[in-house]
Amino acid sequence: MTEADNEENKIIKPDFSDPELFCTALPKEVPRMNNIIQKFYDWAQANSLWLLAFGTGCGSIEMRPLYTARYDISRFGIAPRPTPRQSNLFIISGYVSVKTLKRIIRSYEQMQNPKFVIGLGSCTINGGMYWDSYNTINRLDHYIPVDVYVAGCMPRPEALIAGFDELKKRIKEGRGEGANEYAKNFAWYKANQKKIIKDWDMPDYNW
Amino acid sequence: MDNFWTTLLYAFLSMFVIFNYGMLLGGVVYKIIARVHGRFGPPVWQPYVNLLKVMGVRTAISHGLMFWLGPVFRFAGGIGLFLFMPVVFGSVWMQNFSFSGDLLLVIYFIFFGQLGMALGAAESGHPYSPMGIMRGLAQVTVSEVPFALAVIALAAQHGTLSITEIVAAQQGGIGNWNMMTNPVATLAGMMAFLGMMMHAPFNLHLAPQEIPVGPPTEYHSNFLGYMQANRAFFASAKLILFMNLFFGGATNIPVLVGKTFTLYMFAVFVGVVNPRFTLENSIRWFIRIPTATGIIAVLIYTFKN
Repeated sequence: MTEADNEENKIIKPDFSDPELFCTALPKEVPRMNNIIQKFYDWAQANSLWLLAFGTGCGSIEMRPLYTARYDISRFGIAPRPTPRQSNLFIISGYVSVKTLKRIIRSYEQMQNPKFVIGLGSCTINGGMYWDSYNTINRLDHYIPVDVYVAGCMPRPEALIAGFDELKKRIKEGRGEGANEYAKNFAWYKANQKKIIKDWDMPDYNW
Repeated sequence: MDNFWTTLLYAFLSMFVIFNYGMLLGGVVYKIIARVHGRFGPPVWQPYVNLLKVMGVRTAISHGLMFWLGPVFRFAGGIGLFLFMPVVFGSVWMQNFSFSGDLLLVIYFIFFGQLGMALGAAESGHPYSPMGIMRGLAQVTVSEVPFALAVIALAAQHGTLSITEIVAAQQGGIGNWNMMTNPVATLAGMMAFLGMMMHAPFNLHLAPQEIPVGPPTEYHSNFLGYMQANRAFFASAKLILFMNLFFGGATNIPVLVGKTFTLYMFAVFVGVVNPRFTLENSIRWFIRIPTATGIIAVLIYTFKN
């Protein structure tokens, strides 16, 4: 986050009477424990990544080979889960259209703390080949916190596996705190999301 | 078994053993399924890592009291099923409370967890949960039909519903096992076994592509941890039940491991080489050959007496 972003963060105050805020309560920040149990949990989190099997763009075609005999990510303790409640890793696979962004935010918010995000492909970094499109976002980390980017158009499954390794390293170092960052800078993220999404016609939910 | 504290200690000890056995069994099955697919698969200790992972999740959402109680009921079902069976016949500490409960209680415990889970998952409000529950309960109910018939045949054969007495009657060599003395009931029981072990072709209620993971769609963090621990108990308890009923029970732990592992592999191998049945197919399959076999098993003893 830049200086300007921080300024913006200070200015915007969330107003929970506003129905456009999409939620009824703030997400809670849960601090890390500073002890050996936390390190143990970090190790378990890193070695049991359940990814949300939700393809958001063309990149999801590169995720399918990961489950096959050729790449077999289950070797690394990574398994697809079909529900955001149980997943702790969200792979944003490629371009994010405005329509998809709504679903991404909704799914991301339903995931429980700690949660990790991998941005797959150039489109999540700067828009890629869709950078001037009227209907896609350019920088994913303006809308949800991203842990690791895997660049390329499209990155091969090998690159994605390297991304998993990088993510595991981050988690073990205790830097996979995207969920807390989201809760801390909630107003900033919501303001950015509101700039893009004009009609949030989804039911209310709890965290 | 006179002292309360000794009994309690033995119960916890045998629960500890069977929990770890169930967890490792799960890991080995992941590995075997992966090898059949031509993959390497996760490490054998992956279920432990998964359990630790869900325990380490920092936040949890409850949808109400029943949602909270669902996994507890499920866990109680698994433990109840396990604790009322003799695990190792003749062993003092692996005998559990088998003297206080009979086969009917054990059958009730198989269903108990599913019903508690049904109430809990329904309260989550997710539309996929009731779908999974409807399918899961239909599946369990229909596979209980041949199983109940096989149990009736066994009860008629031995004149008792006590598992300990049924196991005792089977001691003294493979010729005394119910597999040999009552092959028709064993056949019906083993077909019901396929339907109870949650492997293909009878695992539609877990179908991850159609309805996300079935009933536990909304369950996460420690709720899910309960369910994972229960899966270890429940799977090994069901294996022990079938081993006791049809395959002579076990007189020591190596025999227990050997028999239950072989039994589980029967369900796993049928699962990995078969596609998944739809619910209609599965119900039709169970009410035809397995139920007919069960009825024949009962009729044999009706006319014999």
